Amino acid sequence: MLPVSYYLILSALLFTIGAVGVLIKKNPIQTFMCIELMLNAVNLTFIALGRYFGQMNGQMYVIFSLAVAAAEVSVGLGIIVAIFRTRESIVVDDANLMKS
Amino acid sequence: MFAQILFWVLAAICIISSLVMVGSSNPVRSALALVLTMLSLAVMYITLSAQFIAAVQVVVYAGAVMVLFLFVIMLLNLGAPALPEQPRSMQTVLAIALAGVFLVGLVAAGVFQNLPAAPISAKHLHGLGTVQQIGYSLYSPHQPWLFPFEATSILLLIAVVGAIVLARKQPAETEGS
Repeated sequence: MLPVSYYLILSALLFTIGAVGVLIKKNPIQTFMCIELMLNAVNLTFIALGRYFGQMNGQMYVIFSLAVAAAEVSVGLGIIVAIFRTRESIVVDDANLMKS
Repeated sequence: MFAQILFWVLAAICIISSLVMVGSSNPVRSALALVLTMLSLAVMYITLSAQFIAAVQVVVYAGAVMVLFLFVIMLLNLGAPALPEQPRSMQTVLAIALAGVFLVGLVAAGVFQNLPAAPISAKHLHGLGTVQQIGYSLYSPHQPWLFPFEATSILLLIAVVGAIVLARKQPAETEGS
């Protein structure tokens, strides 16, 4: 196996790219994609460390993280559709009120 | 040697496609680049002896989640980038600078952290990540994962109901909201 720090550095790079995307993207769908990228980077860390220590716990955390990510995406895209219905625009700067 | 070449190729694909995802202003192109990132991560999971997670990654992320993304993009008719290209604002510069500081911190934590030497024998790694081992860990009463599993099922139920409630058309005659 390669040194575990290789995987940690790759995961850090992916997480940082996702964080930059969350900060600079104006389209909320692309912001969601960047959040998915950050979740994937964390999953890579869990699996690499689980393999390093020879334990199942890392992979179990990844399974729950997958389930939470799926729930988050379904609710988040529902919110985006609702915002588009009321405002006809999904630029994040326009959606500055919780009240429609 | 083969594992090393595979790692570098997969890492290059991951980073380039995630940069394409962040840099592109077309949401469909971003989604396809994210699919490429997830597929290369799935191959990397196989090399880390997490076969079941790799299959779940392909099915759930590259399949279901990305189909949901593409469906919403096409439902809202966002295929063409309608947003005007804005000049590079202060926010972008500040975001990239802060992310650079963040990356330095993360890499320092990954490189210089003294992980204890883990004695991984072949006996330990045998069966790591197979469906049998996952099922044993998930459902055995001696392992702590059964209650989180049940809680996750309730979470998914709440997510399904919440998504339907949020995305359905509001009836016109409801007063107040």
